[in-house]
Amino acid sequence: MNRILSALGAGLVFGLGIAISGMGNPAKVLNFFDVLGTWDPSLIFVMGGALITTAIGYRVIFGARSAPMFDSKFHVPTSKTIDAKLVGGSALFGVGWGISGFCPGGAIPALGFAPWPTALFLISMGGGILLARWLQALPSSKTA
Amino acid sequence: MVTEFTPYASLIGGVLIGLGAVILMALNGRIAGMTAMLGGVLEPRSPDAPWRLAFLVGAILAPAIAMIFGAEFSFSSPTTGALLVLGGVIVGVGVTYGSGCTSGHGVCGMARLSPRSIVATLTFMVTTFATVTLIRHGFGG
Repeated sequence: MNRILSALGAGLVFGLGIAISGMGNPAKVLNFFDVLGTWDPSLIFVMGGALITTAIGYRVIFGARSAPMFDSKFHVPTSKTIDAKLVGGSALFGVGWGISGFCPGGAIPALGFAPWPTALFLISMGGGILLARWLQALPSSKTA
Repeated sequence: MVTEFTPYASLIGGVLIGLGAVILMALNGRIAGMTAMLGGVLEPRSPDAPWRLAFLVGAILAPAIAMIFGAEFSFSSPTTGALLVLGGVIVGVGVTYGSGCTSGHGVCGMARLSPRSIVATLTFMVTTFATVTLIRHGFGG
């Protein structure tokens, strides 16, 4: 129960941050990448603020404690493999982000303040995730 | 379409995004990656599903609650419905193969200086920039 309530609390703070920052506003996100046109550099402040806060926070946590409050260990990814799957998938994600203006972290909170057309994006994204999982489960994709 | 430059709101929002990630690590020892959180919906039988679902519910509820108290969040989707569907499917496939998105790789992974996340973030920032530039300005710039 503690883990569920703490995740709910973290989600509330995260979602409020997305909404205030403009990261859940496709017009603003697309303008960040439109340096040659209607450029809006606001997202530098979003990413900078999030990254610096997280980097300092993680450093303090990992330095002060050997385990989180409600679990026996930190679940931190250990893989260091940089392969075609990582680069190709990330490249593809960027293309979709550039077409729609939505990323998963922006779209979920946007559902709370602009349900439409956010839901259309999220349903399509869910379809894409299921499609990719199905492709990965095919026997021939072992080398992918 | 021009959007207002909002350095203060964006910085405050960014710090809150980071705080959410720090809270989740301090209490549950977990990375605040939205791609992984979606597993809470897509794998309902996983032992991680309940807390992932709780994070998603919190992330959706916070802006809705703030609006009840009078907050306003600017929102505009300048693309067509067909492009939202196309972009959505491509994002879904991409984050699955790339094992993360802006939150997991761009914030949490970069904060840990994970080589995988640094490569992933640089890659999607470049392809997003290229895609937006191509769509809005064509091949000639």
